[in-house]
Amino acid sequence: MLELRLYLAQRISAAIMAPLVLLHLGLMIYAIQGGLSAEEILGRTRGSLFWGGTYGLFVIAVAVHAAIGLRNIMAEWLRLRGLLLSGLSWFFGCALLAAGGRAVVAVVGS
Amino acid sequence: MKAHRRQPLYLAFLLHRLSGLGLALFLPFHFYLLGLSLESDAAFERALHWTAGPLFKVAEFGLVFLLALHFFGGLRLLALENLAWSDRQKNYAAAAVALSFLLACGFLLRAF
Repeated sequence: MLELRLYLAQRISAAIMAPLVLLHLGLMIYAIQGGLSAEEILGRTRGSLFWGGTYGLFVIAVAVHAAIGLRNIMAEWLRLRGLLLSGLSWFFGCALLAAGGRAVVAVVGS
Repeated sequence: MKAHRRQPLYLAFLLHRLSGLGLALFLPFHFYLLGLSLESDAAFERALHWTAGPLFKVAEFGLVFLLALHFFGGLRLLALENLAWSDRQKNYAAAAVALSFLLACGFLLRAF
Protein backbone atom coordinates (compact mmCIF):
# COMPACT_ATOMS: atom_id res chain seq x y z
CA MET A 1 0.00 0.00 0.00
CA LEU A 2 2.82 2.39 0.89
CA GLU A 3 4.57 1.56 -2.35
CA LEU A 4 1.43 2.33 -4.35
CA ARG A 5 0.99 5.65 -2.57
CA LEU A 6 4.62 6.58 -3.17
CA TYR A 7 4.30 5.58 -6.82
CA LEU A 8 1.22 7.78 -7.23
CA ALA A 9 2.78 10.71 -5.37
CA GLN A 10 5.83 10.40 -7.62
CA ARG A 11 3.71 10.49 -10.80
CA ILE A 12 1.41 13.29 -9.60
CA SER A 13 4.33 15.48 -8.51
CA ALA A 14 5.96 14.80 -11.90
CA ALA A 15 2.80 15.85 -13.75
CA ILE A 16 2.59 19.04 -11.66
CA MET A 17 6.23 19.84 -12.38
CA ALA A 18 6.17 19.15 -16.13
CA PRO A 19 4.84 22.61 -17.14
CA LEU A 20 6.85 24.27 -14.34
CA VAL A 21 10.10 22.74 -15.60
CA LEU A 22 9.38 24.02 -19.11
CA LEU A 23 8.72 27.49 -17.68
CA HIS A 24 11.91 27.29 -15.60
CA LEU A 25 14.02 26.19 -18.59
CA GLY A 26 12.55 28.92 -20.77
CA LEU A 27 13.10 31.50 -18.08
CA MET A 28 16.72 30.44 -17.63
CA ILE A 29 17.47 30.72 -21.33
CA TYR A 30 15.77 34.13 -21.37
CA ALA A 31 17.26 35.46 -18.13
CA ILE A 32 20.86 34.35 -18.73
CA GLN A 33 21.29 36.86 -21.58
CA GLY A 34 23.92 39.42 -20.70
CA GLY A 35 24.70 37.70 -17.38
CA LEU A 36 22.71 37.47 -14.20
CA SER A 37 22.44 40.29 -11.70
CA ALA A 38 20.76 40.24 -8.30
CA GLU A 39 18.97 43.47 -9.13
CA GLU A 40 17.52 42.04 -12.33
CA ILE A 41 16.29 38.82 -10.71
CA LEU A 42 14.94 40.36 -7.53
CA GLY A 43 13.37 43.29 -9.41
CA ARG A 44 11.28 40.82 -11.33
CA THR A 45 10.34 38.52 -8.46
CA ARG A 46 9.97 40.67 -5.31
CA GLY A 47 6.39 41.08 -4.19
CA SER A 48 5.06 39.00 -7.08
CA LEU A 49 2.22 36.71 -6.05
CA PHE A 50 2.51 34.87 -9.35
CA TRP A 51 6.19 33.95 -8.98
CA GLY A 52 5.72 33.20 -5.27
CA GLY A 53 2.83 30.81 -5.96
CA THR A 54 4.48 29.22 -8.98
CA TYR A 55 7.81 28.58 -7.32
CA GLY A 56 6.15 27.66 -4.00
CA LEU A 57 4.26 24.90 -5.79
CA PHE A 58 7.46 23.91 -7.61
CA VAL A 59 9.33 23.54 -4.32
CA ILE A 60 6.61 21.40 -2.73
CA ALA A 61 6.41 19.13 -5.78
CA VAL A 62 10.19 18.79 -6.11
CA ALA A 63 10.62 17.98 -2.39
CA VAL A 64 8.10 15.13 -2.69
CA HIS A 65 9.50 13.96 -6.03
CA ALA A 66 13.18 14.04 -5.07
CA ALA A 67 12.60 12.38 -1.69
CA ILE A 68 10.73 9.47 -3.29
CA GLY A 69 13.29 9.20 -6.10
CA LEU A 70 16.17 9.04 -3.61
CA ARG A 71 14.19 6.53 -1.55
CA ASN A 72 13.97 4.25 -4.59
CA ILE A 73 17.69 4.60 -5.26
CA MET A 74 18.60 3.96 -1.62
CA ALA A 75 16.35 0.90 -1.52
CA GLU A 76 17.52 -0.60 -4.80
CA TRP A 77 21.19 0.35 -4.94
CA LEU A 78 22.13 0.68 -1.28
CA ARG A 79 19.68 -2.00 -0.09
CA LEU A 80 18.46 0.21 2.76
CA ARG A 81 15.26 -0.89 4.46
CA GLY A 82 12.81 0.03 7.19
CA LEU A 83 13.28 2.92 9.55
CA LEU A 84 16.62 4.02 8.12
CA LEU A 85 15.19 4.20 4.61
CA SER A 86 12.08 6.09 5.72
CA GLY A 87 14.05 8.36 8.05
CA LEU A 88 16.56 9.39 5.39
CA SER A 89 13.81 9.96 2.81
CA TRP A 90 11.78 12.09 5.19
CA PHE A 91 14.87 14.01 6.24
CA PHE A 92 15.81 14.82 2.65
CA GLY A 93 12.23 15.75 1.69
CA CYS A 94 11.78 18.03 4.71
CA ALA A 95 15.22 19.61 4.25
CA LEU A 96 14.46 20.39 0.61
CA LEU A 97 11.07 21.80 1.55
CA ALA A 98 12.60 24.04 4.21
CA ALA A 99 15.54 25.23 2.10
CA GLY A 100 13.35 25.66 -0.98
CA GLY A 101 10.69 27.53 1.00
CA ARG A 102 13.41 29.80 2.38
CA ALA A 103 14.72 30.41 -1.15
CA VAL A 104 11.24 31.35 -2.39
CA VAL A 105 10.74 33.73 0.54
CA ALA A 106 14.18 35.20 -0.14
CA VAL A 107 13.49 35.86 -3.80
CA VAL A 108 9.82 36.85 -3.60
CA GLY A 109 9.51 38.45 -0.16
CA SER A 110 10.25 42.14 0.01
CA MET B 1 26.35 -8.52 -17.54
CA LYS B 2 22.68 -9.31 -16.99
CA ALA B 3 20.68 -9.62 -20.20
CA HIS B 4 18.33 -6.74 -19.42
CA ARG B 5 21.28 -4.40 -18.99
CA ARG B 6 22.23 -4.82 -22.63
CA GLN B 7 18.89 -3.37 -23.70
CA PRO B 8 18.98 0.25 -24.94
CA LEU B 9 16.02 0.94 -22.68
CA TYR B 10 18.12 0.01 -19.66
CA LEU B 11 20.34 2.91 -20.68
CA ALA B 12 17.24 5.15 -20.79
CA PHE B 13 16.36 4.01 -17.27
CA LEU B 14 19.93 4.59 -16.08
CA LEU B 15 20.10 8.08 -17.61
CA HIS B 16 16.81 8.99 -15.98
CA ARG B 17 17.95 7.72 -12.61
CA LEU B 18 21.40 9.32 -12.70
CA SER B 19 20.09 12.67 -13.96
CA GLY B 20 17.51 12.61 -11.16
CA LEU B 21 20.19 11.82 -8.60
CA GLY B 22 22.39 14.64 -9.91
CA LEU B 23 19.52 17.12 -9.74
CA ALA B 24 18.55 16.04 -6.22
CA LEU B 25 22.13 16.54 -5.02
CA PHE B 26 22.39 19.92 -6.74
CA LEU B 27 19.14 21.35 -5.32
CA PRO B 28 20.42 22.10 -1.77
CA PHE B 29 23.18 24.30 -3.27
CA HIS B 30 20.70 26.01 -5.56
CA PHE B 31 18.39 26.82 -2.65
CA TYR B 32 21.29 27.93 -0.47
CA LEU B 33 22.46 30.40 -3.12
CA LEU B 34 18.98 31.87 -3.54
CA GLY B 35 18.55 31.99 0.23
CA LEU B 36 21.64 34.23 0.42
CA SER B 37 19.56 37.14 -0.86
CA LEU B 38 17.62 36.88 2.41
CA GLU B 39 20.75 37.93 4.23
CA SER B 40 21.65 40.78 1.92
CA ASP B 41 21.41 41.77 -1.72
CA ALA B 42 25.17 42.25 -1.72
CA ALA B 43 25.83 38.66 -0.60
CA PHE B 44 23.55 37.40 -3.37
CA GLU B 45 25.28 39.63 -5.91
CA ARG B 46 28.70 38.36 -4.78
CA ALA B 47 27.54 34.75 -5.16
CA LEU B 48 26.18 35.47 -8.64
CA HIS B 49 29.43 37.16 -9.59
CA TRP B 50 31.32 34.13 -8.32
CA THR B 51 29.25 31.86 -10.57
CA ALA B 52 29.91 33.91 -13.70
CA GLY B 53 33.21 32.16 -14.55
CA PRO B 54 33.57 29.78 -17.51
CA LEU B 55 33.84 26.72 -15.25
CA PHE B 56 30.45 27.51 -13.78
CA LYS B 57 29.02 28.13 -17.22
CA VAL B 58 30.03 24.61 -18.22
CA ALA B 59 28.58 23.24 -14.97
CA GLU B 60 25.36 25.16 -15.61
CA PHE B 61 25.21 23.67 -19.08
CA GLY B 62 25.51 20.25 -17.45
CA LEU B 63 22.70 21.05 -15.05
CA VAL B 64 20.38 22.30 -17.78
CA PHE B 65 21.21 19.15 -19.70
CA LEU B 66 20.41 16.99 -16.66
CA LEU B 67 17.13 18.82 -16.09
CA ALA B 68 16.13 18.55 -19.74
CA LEU B 69 17.17 14.89 -19.82
CA HIS B 70 15.14 14.11 -16.71
CA PHE B 71 12.20 16.13 -18.03
CA PHE B 72 11.98 14.40 -21.41
CA GLY B 73 12.78 11.01 -19.87
CA GLY B 74 9.96 11.62 -17.39
CA LEU B 75 7.54 12.58 -20.15
CA ARG B 76 8.49 9.36 -21.90
CA LEU B 77 7.69 7.39 -18.74
CA LEU B 78 4.38 9.17 -18.15
CA ALA B 79 3.39 8.58 -21.77
CA LEU B 80 4.36 4.90 -21.64
CA GLU B 81 2.42 4.32 -18.43
CA ASN B 82 -0.68 6.34 -19.16
CA LEU B 83 -1.12 6.10 -22.90
CA ALA B 84 -1.51 2.79 -24.64
CA TRP B 85 1.75 3.10 -26.53
CA SER B 86 3.67 -0.10 -26.80
CA ASP B 87 6.12 0.16 -29.69
CA ARG B 88 8.65 2.79 -30.62
CA GLN B 89 9.97 3.01 -27.08
CA LYS B 90 13.55 3.23 -28.24
CA ASN B 91 12.64 6.15 -30.46
CA TYR B 92 11.15 7.99 -27.51
CA ALA B 93 14.26 7.34 -25.49
CA ALA B 94 16.47 8.64 -28.28
CA ALA B 95 14.21 11.64 -28.87
CA ALA B 96 14.37 12.46 -25.15
CA VAL B 97 18.16 12.62 -25.27
CA ALA B 98 18.20 14.58 -28.53
CA LEU B 99 15.70 17.18 -27.31
CA SER B 100 17.55 17.56 -24.02
CA PHE B 101 20.79 18.17 -25.83
CA LEU B 102 19.15 20.71 -28.12
CA LEU B 103 17.69 22.63 -25.19
CA ALA B 104 20.92 22.59 -23.23
CA CYS B 105 22.90 23.76 -26.27
CA GLY B 106 20.42 26.61 -26.68
CA PHE B 107 21.17 27.57 -23.10
CA LEU B 108 24.92 27.35 -23.65
CA LEU B 109 24.79 29.55 -26.74
CA ARG B 110 22.96 32.19 -24.73
CA ALA B 111 25.26 31.85 -21.73
CA PHE B 112 28.44 32.81 -23.59
